[in-house]
Amino acid sequence: MKAAAFNYARAASVDEAVQMLVRGGGGAKLLAGGQSLLPALNLRLMSLDLLVDITGIAALRGIRVEGGTLKIGAMTRHADLLTSPEIAAHAPLLAKAIAHVAHPAIRNRGTIGGNLAHADPASELPACMLALGATLVIQGPSGQRRVQAADFFLGLYQTALAPDEILIAIELPALASGERAFFHEYARRMGDYAIVGLAAQGKPAGDRIDALRLVYFGVGERAGSCPAAARILQQRHSPAILAEAQAALAADLQPQNDHQASAAMRLHLARTLLARCVNELLGRAEASA
Amino acid sequence: MTDAPTTRPGLSELDRPNSYIGRAVPRPNLKRLMQGRGQYVSDMSLPRMAHVVFLRSPYAHARILGIDSAEAAAMPGVIAIVTGPELAKVCTPWVGVLSHLKGLKSAPQYPIAVDRACWQGEAVAAIVATSRAAAEDAAERVMVDYEELEPVADMRTALDAATPVIHPELGDNLAFERNLDAGAVDAAFAEADHVVEAEFVFGRHTGVTLEPRSILADWNPGDERLTVYQGTQAPHMMQNIFAKHLALDESQVRVVCKDVGGSFGIKVHVYADDMATAALSKLLRRPVKFVADRLESFNTDIHARDHRCKGRAAVKADGTITAFEIDDLTGIGPYSVYPRTSAIEANQVVNLVGGPYTTPNYRARARVVFQNKNVTCQYRAVGHPIACSVTEGLVDLAAAAIGMDPADIRRRNLIADDAYPCASPSGLRFEALSHHAALDKLLAMMDYSALRAEQAALRAKGIHRGIGLASFIEVTNPSPAFYGVGGARISSQDGVAVRMDATGAIICQTSITEQGQGSEALTAQIVASMLGVPMSRVRVTLGDTDNTPYGGGTWASRGAGIGGEAALQAGKQLRRNILAAAASILQADPDTLDIRDGKIIDAATGAERVPLEELARIVYYRPDTLPPGFQAEMMAVRHFVPRDFPFAFTNGIQASWLEVDTETGFITLLNHWVVEDCGTIINPQLVDEQIRGGVVQGLGAALFEHCRYDERGQLTNATMADYLVPMAAEMPDIDVGHIVSPTKDGELGAKGAGEAGTAGAAACVANAVNDALSPFGARITEIPLTPELILTALGRI
Amino acid sequence: MIAPTPITLTVNGETVAAQVEPRIHLTDFLRENLGLTGTHIGCEHGVCGACTVRLDGEIVRGCLVLAVQADGKSVETIEGLSDSGALDELQAAFRDRNALQCGYCTPAMLLTAHELLARNPTPDRATIREHLSGNYCRCTGYQAIIDAVEIAARARAGAKS
Repeated sequence: MKAAAFNYARAASVDEAVQMLVRGGGGAKLLAGGQSLLPALNLRLMSLDLLVDITGIAALRGIRVEGGTLKIGAMTRHADLLTSPEIAAHAPLLAKAIAHVAHPAIRNRGTIGGNLAHADPASELPACMLALGATLVIQGPSGQRRVQAADFFLGLYQTALAPDEILIAIELPALASGERAFFHEYARRMGDYAIVGLAAQGKPAGDRIDALRLVYFGVGERAGSCPAAARILQQRHSPAILAEAQAALAADLQPQNDHQASAAMRLHLARTLLARCVNELLGRAEASA
Repeated sequence: MTDAPTTRPGLSELDRPNSYIGRAVPRPNLKRLMQGRGQYVSDMSLPRMAHVVFLRSPYAHARILGIDSAEAAAMPGVIAIVTGPELAKVCTPWVGVLSHLKGLKSAPQYPIAVDRACWQGEAVAAIVATSRAAAEDAAERVMVDYEELEPVADMRTALDAATPVIHPELGDNLAFERNLDAGAVDAAFAEADHVVEAEFVFGRHTGVTLEPRSILADWNPGDERLTVYQGTQAPHMMQNIFAKHLALDESQVRVVCKDVGGSFGIKVHVYADDMATAALSKLLRRPVKFVADRLESFNTDIHARDHRCKGRAAVKADGTITAFEIDDLTGIGPYSVYPRTSAIEANQVVNLVGGPYTTPNYRARARVVFQNKNVTCQYRAVGHPIACSVTEGLVDLAAAAIGMDPADIRRRNLIADDAYPCASPSGLRFEALSHHAALDKLLAMMDYSALRAEQAALRAKGIHRGIGLASFIEVTNPSPAFYGVGGARISSQDGVAVRMDATGAIICQTSITEQGQGSEALTAQIVASMLGVPMSRVRVTLGDTDNTPYGGGTWASRGAGIGGEAALQAGKQLRRNILAAAASILQADPDTLDIRDGKIIDAATGAERVPLEELARIVYYRPDTLPPGFQAEMMAVRHFVPRDFPFAFTNGIQASWLEVDTETGFITLLNHWVVEDCGTIINPQLVDEQIRGGVVQGLGAALFEHCRYDERGQLTNATMADYLVPMAAEMPDIDVGHIVSPTKDGELGAKGAGEAGTAGAAACVANAVNDALSPFGARITEIPLTPELILTALGRI
Repeated sequence: MIAPTPITLTVNGETVAAQVEPRIHLTDFLRENLGLTGTHIGCEHGVCGACTVRLDGEIVRGCLVLAVQADGKSVETIEGLSDSGALDELQAAFRDRNALQCGYCTPAMLLTAHELLARNPTPDRATIREHLSGNYCRCTGYQAIIDAVEIAARARAGAKS
């Protein structure tokens, strides 16, 4: 199991990397952490002419807080996010999620930008971006542009990135006062891709949850927002409201059948997660759904 | 029979002063392995070594209409591209049958498919190149013209008239059938107060040795010798087979087995890839190496299980189980694997069902069918997990039917500890087992009644935990009854040679092999104990057909019992020889002397007479000073094969304590207990770790592992990410206890322990899950017990 | 043909200069070019953990790092870490506890456990299980490994006090 041959170039800057992508046409691809790309290459599931290594571009790494915004360089590694006090304080959802991403050795290499650009529907991070209302900063031959997370993830491994564009940073609004995050996933084994997971953030207000964003992953071809269920949960909590919200998930999610789980099981687990989420955000004792 | 660790009655060879028997001494080979200085076949390279990659059929069943390798052959680094017909001229085909499995049939299998591929993954061409990467590059350019044929994918319809016959010359897809009818089964069912029945389904799984199968074959035309470095459990078996199929004398073949990265039965079979690699070396007159990559491992390492077994049991209101009946069906792929055959597992299921119990009436049918999937064959605890799950599942059903506690029904039906020797309805002969002592000890270890109380209290709070029990027997120390009587050239005896060198160093060669079980350690422990020397003075050589006695190797839980007894006898003989030499030097009666801590001593007083170093010096350098006519023999060789019983059965019982999340179907394993009886324990730590490792493989089968094929015979989860094996985070701690009933077949008294853990783990987990689900009226008799299966049984999806 | 790329890196403290094809991953480079066969290959798709090495002081999957990416960096393998004595307590505990059988996963287990103890000198069993959850062992059932890491942690704590 050896990768087919390819050329390799190390970019010293984002501009240089963009130029390399432009010159490489469709045959060039970025190498970030490589934790999804290199397995695919080793397995010969894909081949390419040129790998443009952007991991050495220092400007793409780091986490800083500017005003009410967290700015994360695309080449910031999972391990850095996991231990970052800024992430813990201002994006606790992300901190919770990262703990579920693979295993320590993978987190020491994998990057947030590489993860998001890969757009794996089973990954935790695209769902977090949607739940957090992230803005993705993209650089291409004609300069920078900003794309909302909701417009970035287009489908199975599909994003708004053009072949010659680079995701360079992620901007997250810092956790507002009164906001709480929920994250949980059901995976067969620790570190495995989840069968279903839920990233959520909202403002508990007494028995209601305002401004709730519910985003599932592992369900369907991309991370799935569930605005209908979120709207229902803005009402005062009751078992009936919860059941109504759970029922509404069917309208927003398109669960798939695969060897991990049937669509019915995914929807069931999504509903179970919703109950868990509501209980946790409202500070209620864990009760069965 | 006594509880460990109390002493055995009377002093024996095992109780010698400074004996290492029964002590948890560290294995001598660990430091090397921990420092990254092991030498696995995958680590090796030789001058002029080439790498082979096999192009494999993407179809489960396809005719090969043509292969165009012209473009690939011209690529950089390519040495040769060889097809099935070309390699068939160098290596003859084989047929995996044994004469004692009456009616077993299979078709000739070639190292590379000749005109038809019969499973997805069967090799259709070999690409030999200067590197694995170059060979893979070329493999992408080899064009094969296939005509896809209808695959036989479902074993349930494999025998239907409408289903294609995979090997038309065999007449049908039935490889083997066995029927057994013992006692009065119909009468027992007619007279039963309750009859319970279920169909038990066992997923296909595979071994996933962390080091994939590896072989480096080196045909040296100058010596006219083939040296094969291979990760194998049976070097002499492989020597015989390479010679036989490559038209060589056995003496022209040397098989060397260095460190092996896991085996579990995966590395005891003849693989087409291995035969092809050896044949390619002969053809190309240079060393050729093949290391399976992980995808190839999933597609070509033997699979196992894949049974559907219907079972029934008859029970009286008082708890007496009066009859078992099973009907087992298994799919083995397109060929019976050579030379051990793929009928053994079903045969074992027939042998073992009901094995722990007094139930006299037993009827069984087992059918083994061909299908277009990867082959199945013997993997750790062959047949045992199936027989155990069926038996123990039926016992729990019987208990539920009459409202009896699962522990009580076992106590009522397990063979009494004083009933031995005795035989099972299937004809298994038991020398001495300890089911009741094991049950009692297990219940005490787990505090069964307290656990039941805790379970009830939690259930009231909506927390669903379950307790599962599974008694089992395990086949160990096989005599020729396993393979030899069927015509296979697989040695059931083992040999050990021990010598003392001129510095007093002890050199030992054994025909058993090491894949991590501790063969090297236990051999050194036994030899050091017999000779009265520190273990550090004993060096053990294994895994080399040129440099060890002839023997079977390490499989079927036979290494410690058979190889250990040979070591004991060889050590004793060398001690006698050393004492004879000492007696002649010291002018003493050899019976008054002994060896302790590396010194000849006066047996009665313990007074030191002469150190072994000095004795060795005299024997080797100044034999002129010995009495006339005395020739010192500083080497002894002994062989051993069990003669009194065909197999040394062991027994044991396992228990699982787990929680089922009835909302998600997820299972959390909380605790696991094992009590087993492998007779004399040479090294308690090694036994315990064999048990634990075996249990976790059984837990993998119970919860995770499954080779999932689609209806076209395509394996859909052939990656490490998709085929789930147990990992550290989900596994419980496992408490292990022992009962000791030594076998009298030999002086050592050791039986095997390598498969006991795997034998019963899945059965007790399944019983525990069903126990947890009992308030819901749900019952599952299928493994792996996925969350999906549980939620479905609960009616939640 | 794609030309090999020159790289210079430090491996177990020694400077190594080599020409490598870009497609060669770090594990193959260590094993094939440098003969450091203590780093093992179990899956080559980043799942089994057998190829774990340290890159600039952090554990990584060697099959998911290209050798060209190690240019200018420091790599440590089981051979180097063993010889340095950094793994002494862990190796002693693994030996005493028989925490390896075939030994194929062991170098990677030791490196992974070593990283855990560097970050968290007194991990509980659940933490150890979690940290090692990306490393396959098919022989032991893990319990002996968890025990050994616990014992080594205590030994290190004792040595420091």
